[in-house]
Amino acid sequence: MDSGLSPQDKKDLDKFIKFFALKTVQVIVQARLGEKIGTRSSSSPTGSDWFNLAIKDIPEVTHEAKKALAGQLPGIGRSMCVEISLKTSEGDSMELETWCLEMNEKCDKDIKVSYTVYNRLSVLLKSLLAITRVTPAYKLSRKQGHDYVILYRIYFGEVQLNGLGEGFQMVRVGVVGTPVGTVTLTCAYRTNLAFMSNRQFERSAPIMGIIVDHFVDPPGGGPRPVNMGHPCNYRAPDEDDGGQYAGVQDSQEVCTTSFSTSPPSQCVCTLSPSPSKLSKPLPLDSLPLPLAPGLVTHTLYASRLSYHPPAFAGAAELCHPAANQVLHAGKDHGGVVPVPGQPPHGADAHPTAENAANTPGSSGEDDGLTHSGERRRRRRRDEGRRSASPSDPVVSLNAFTRKIGAFVNKPNAPVTASSLDLPFAAFAPRGLDLEENDPMVQPPDSPTCPSPLQASLHSQGSEGSGQQDDFVMVDFRPAFSKDDLLPMDLGTFYREFQNPPQLASLSLHISAQSMADDLDSLPEKLAVYEKNIDEFDAFVDMLQ
Amino acid sequence: MNCRSEVLEVTVEARQVEEAMLALLHTILLHRSSGKFHYKKEGTYSIGTVGTLDIDCDFIDFTFVRVSSEELDRVIRKAVSEFKDALSSDGMGQISLEFYQKKKSRWPFSDECIPWEVWSIKVNVVNLANEQERQICREKVGEKLGEKVINVVEVINRHEYLPKMPTQSDVDNVFDTSLKDVQPYLYKITYQITDSLGTSVSTTMRRLIKDTLAL
Repeated sequence: MDSGLSPQDKKDLDKFIKFFALKTVQVIVQARLGEKIGTRSSSSPTGSDWFNLAIKDIPEVTHEAKKALAGQLPGIGRSMCVEISLKTSEGDSMELETWCLEMNEKCDKDIKVSYTVYNRLSVLLKSLLAITRVTPAYKLSRKQGHDYVILYRIYFGEVQLNGLGEGFQMVRVGVVGTPVGTVTLTCAYRTNLAFMSNRQFERSAPIMGIIVDHFVDPPGGGPRPVNMGHPCNYRAPDEDDGGQYAGVQDSQEVCTTSFSTSPPSQCVCTLSPSPSKLSKPLPLDSLPLPLAPGLVTHTLYASRLSYHPPAFAGAAELCHPAANQVLHAGKDHGGVVPVPGQPPHGADAHPTAENAANTPGSSGEDDGLTHSGERRRRRRRDEGRRSASPSDPVVSLNAFTRKIGAFVNKPNAPVTASSLDLPFAAFAPRGLDLEENDPMVQPPDSPTCPSPLQASLHSQGSEGSGQQDDFVMVDFRPAFSKDDLLPMDLGTFYREFQNPPQLASLSLHISAQSMADDLDSLPEKLAVYEKNIDEFDAFVDMLQ
Repeated sequence: MNCRSEVLEVTVEARQVEEAMLALLHTILLHRSSGKFHYKKEGTYSIGTVGTLDIDCDFIDFTFVRVSSEELDRVIRKAVSEFKDALSSDGMGQISLEFYQKKKSRWPFSDECIPWEVWSIKVNVVNLANEQERQICREKVGEKLGEKVINVVEVINRHEYLPKMPTQSDVDNVFDTSLKDVQPYLYKITYQITDSLGTSVSTTMRRLIKDTLAL
């Protein structure tokens, strides 16, 4: 098989395939982060950009990929797979696609490793960049946030496509022939997006009893099953934080390729690690398996583990902060709840059919700020409400009339309705309830978050429930009504003059009386008209 | 050597023409651009790094990847804009992206341009009656463009003929070296507008967008 291949070529080829696998994983995971990716072109080679493409390396992803590969390379029967799945905030989960990097036996002996193979792998990576934006999971991943998150899982070994449901489609990204086999990159993606039931998911027992997720609970609540993946919601750390996975990063050999323009048969390619980059090389081969012995290594399940491998020095410290980083960073502050009581709000989160109302008006970046701002506002309003004394009816009326319509700015003035001189005032506080809990006015709070509002509402409601009546007044909020300085606005006017007294002429006994009078006076009227008949005739003639 | 010719066909609304063309042309150029070559002694060279950028379309449910080069983007946008302006609101047209090599000829003959790959994108413009149809069109065109990208990738990954890597003296005959940050193969963009009868209009506009050795 390797007869025609020089040792140097073989070494180069192995290196190419290894870094191609790592870059493939980076491209796929970055494409599912939910944000647009952009890197800069650089005319001068930096030496660390494999395949002449600026693809950022997310340390955690590299780490997971290397862990999955465990020193091996994709080979015949040993494929590297990246599985992308979706998990809703209710705990439902679904595999969306599986990207497979495979190797088959078809060899291309005549191909030049360091030149043609390298360039073709580069083209294949570009194709992967293009295709990752085309599959259906891309659109889903761009909208992830509050309602669902996208997870990835890397495994090595046999390809598993049963989780993709019926009718899944395959798209081939490309192939590159090498002297030791043909590298194939494909994607199988789900077309049937009906959700699996939660029960169905829990039936699959975890492969190993490894601690899962010692961080805050995922949106589904409860521990995440072991064979779940990693969230795709990473934001690159600042330069200072780059040291989290320093060890892993530096173990990557740097590629400084130079090519020859002489005829291909005399191609010279030098691949040398740039000395400045390597500080503490961690050769992949010597990376000890961090998991319990007796484990089947070729079906490693990557999950958010908090393991403490004895031999992997410094990994313990690396894992936690990096994972914390993962949780806190991200486009929408993660699909996972980073802080208790603060649900993440997605900038373009779209509620699925199963989920409740989304969060209008709150953008991902300002999430924490908006939320705290709202709570502050609510507290202020509560205080204002408690302090307003409803002694003066006009003042109370004024206060009460400062009700907001659905699309009007929230007022700062205190609003109180207790003991107002209004009909159905007993039901006014309930109207206020409506306003406070109106999802159009404020986004719904997380269930775990204690609402200071509820306590205050409770106290208010008890005060005004004196008057009872037969029917409930629905809170009247006329649209476009302004909060004028005048106490009398449209709503008040309507309420005040809702039940005017009946007209006298319409009351029955009076009408009966008048009818009789009319009848009696008829002959007199007729006599008068007959007397003036000439006048009437002249008038009619004038009109004609 | 025979020139490879590929045809892609799309049906779009008038306001989607620009983005659809940009998406396809940039996808092709992404695969046909390399980093800048830096020639060193002894005939070896090193290659610069190509960055990429995700571009969301406004009128189509689609995101495409292009090379991170503002200069190249400007050139392509200019060509597409001319094509779009020439295209009527209800017509058909075709924009072609041709990769070629220059072959030096002896004086007095001018250099020959030998195409080795031509991509023709046929565009059919439709008018839609109401907003609902436009919404459906948005999604449908997005899906169609996705299929076209898969077609492009399929063709390119057949790894058929590519010009040999040139020596330093020859690089301008193979690559467009005028850009600062990337180096696509020499290319030109031309377009044709078909009138409603389906015949090619006699005034076929032929615009040379890039010619590095224009004398």
